[in-house]
Amino acid sequence: MVAVEQHTAAGNPAATPDPGAIRVDHLDVTFAEGTVVALKDVSVEIPQGAFVTILGPSGCGKSTLMRAIADLVPAARGAIDVQGQSPRDARADRNFSYVFQDATLLPWRTALENVQLPLEVGGGGDAHADPRDLLELVGLKGRENALPYELSGGMRQRVAIARALVTKPKILLMDEPFGALDEITRDKLNEEVLRIWRETGTTILFVTHSIPEAAFLGQYVLMLAAHPGRVKEFMKVELPPERRLADRDTLEFVQITAHLRKLLEEC
Amino acid sequence: MAEASQIPMPVPAPRMSRVLDAAIDRGPALAAVAGLLLLWQGVVWFFEVPEYMAPSPVAVLGAFQDNAGTLWLNFWPTFLEAALGFVAGNLVAILLAVWFVHNSTAERAFFPIAVFVNTIPIIALAPILVLIFGNGFAPKIIIAGLICFFPTLVNMVRGLKAVSPATLDLMRVLSASNWEIFWKVRLQSSLPFLFAALKIASTTCVIGAIVAEWIGSNFGLGALIIEATFNFRSPLLYATVFTAALLAVVMFALVSFAEAKLIRWKSSDIH
Repeated sequence: MVAVEQHTAAGNPAATPDPGAIRVDHLDVTFAEGTVVALKDVSVEIPQGAFVTILGPSGCGKSTLMRAIADLVPAARGAIDVQGQSPRDARADRNFSYVFQDATLLPWRTALENVQLPLEVGGGGDAHADPRDLLELVGLKGRENALPYELSGGMRQRVAIARALVTKPKILLMDEPFGALDEITRDKLNEEVLRIWRETGTTILFVTHSIPEAAFLGQYVLMLAAHPGRVKEFMKVELPPERRLADRDTLEFVQITAHLRKLLEEC
Repeated sequence: MAEASQIPMPVPAPRMSRVLDAAIDRGPALAAVAGLLLLWQGVVWFFEVPEYMAPSPVAVLGAFQDNAGTLWLNFWPTFLEAALGFVAGNLVAILLAVWFVHNSTAERAFFPIAVFVNTIPIIALAPILVLIFGNGFAPKIIIAGLICFFPTLVNMVRGLKAVSPATLDLMRVLSASNWEIFWKVRLQSSLPFLFAALKIASTTCVIGAIVAEWIGSNFGLGALIIEATFNFRSPLLYATVFTAALLAVVMFALVSFAEAKLIRWKSSDIH
């Protein structure tokens, strides 16, 4: 495997000068009073500014890992460090934003008002971007006053991304954001997410169940195995950061997806 | 392409054709009403039905003309009772629903009582309230309010709880307080549920007011119905019933108008 440089799954305890954007250390997450183990001994370090896709079979705890980082589910054991803080403090400081599979727009608010929502609740946070600029960034200039039901599924997800960016987060957690969209829309949004990543320098964690999406977007792919959810592999994708949809037809890209597919079958 | 789908802008139609469209739209309903009135008139004529038993539409129209003053005078008290009962009953129901949603102990304690109160027939409750509050406005407003109360309570509780788990996750990530979640999310998303209940209440509150007037009153449409019945003034009875129905329609229209003004959005949960 020429194009893939493999990293060990367990986090290296040797301290690096840059602590990384997110550090997960021997994390267990359990449900139903410990009877269901969703994640078992997960350790991973996400470098600052990286685009990491999380891939794995269903039931491997991809979303659970994201939700643990976002302080939406508690850790049973182990620790999570988000920008040098606990998930709870990182959340309070607006260090990360979360994009859900559903756009979760408030249907009575216009696109612009939805983007402004994070500035109106929870203290609003310190830094914020101009909501109008963000709608332009996600390609919705001119639709500021549209209500969600007037927008297509893809447009609604664009509004959700703009809303996530309004607090200028250091980390963007994207939990299968394009899972419910058709392939054409999804491809287009994939390219745009890459562009937004390059323009904003945000660290992005992106859950997907699509191998091409994982390889196309990620600088790194974190592969999880199921029952219980654990790290299968954390690997670097040796492709240039500037990627086009047509790159997915190159030999290098196909080699990477073939490798990922093989790993996925072992899970 | 799905991305470019836009909602087509409605083209304003010329005035005349809009009037025509409305006429075509309502044509079948108007024709049906006219047909039924003609049938009624025909049956009364053909079978020579005595007026005290069933007056013809023409006789009822005559009663409207002869008793316009009486009807108008008795319309207002009933309207007032129904409207005040509507406001009071729904307000209590909404506040109680807000309390229930934020305090499950309160819900478990008081919801069964609310169900019990709802199962008491209003007609049985009316004499009790008249005994307590006398012949004035109070018992009528209370009964009109009681009849509104339960559907609104049930719907409002459902509406306030009808927030998707994903939206609550979003608000949690944004560190929103319970008050912010209530004010920015729950209240708005409950509005369609609330208005479904208010539409029911808008007509039942009129029924409540009239039933209360039957028990003990010398004013209002309910009292007029009783008086007209006992005196075999059937055309006046029918005219009063139509006036009561008109009142209910007006209340319903007012609520529908408020709904159209307040809810301009549709749920976009469907992909």
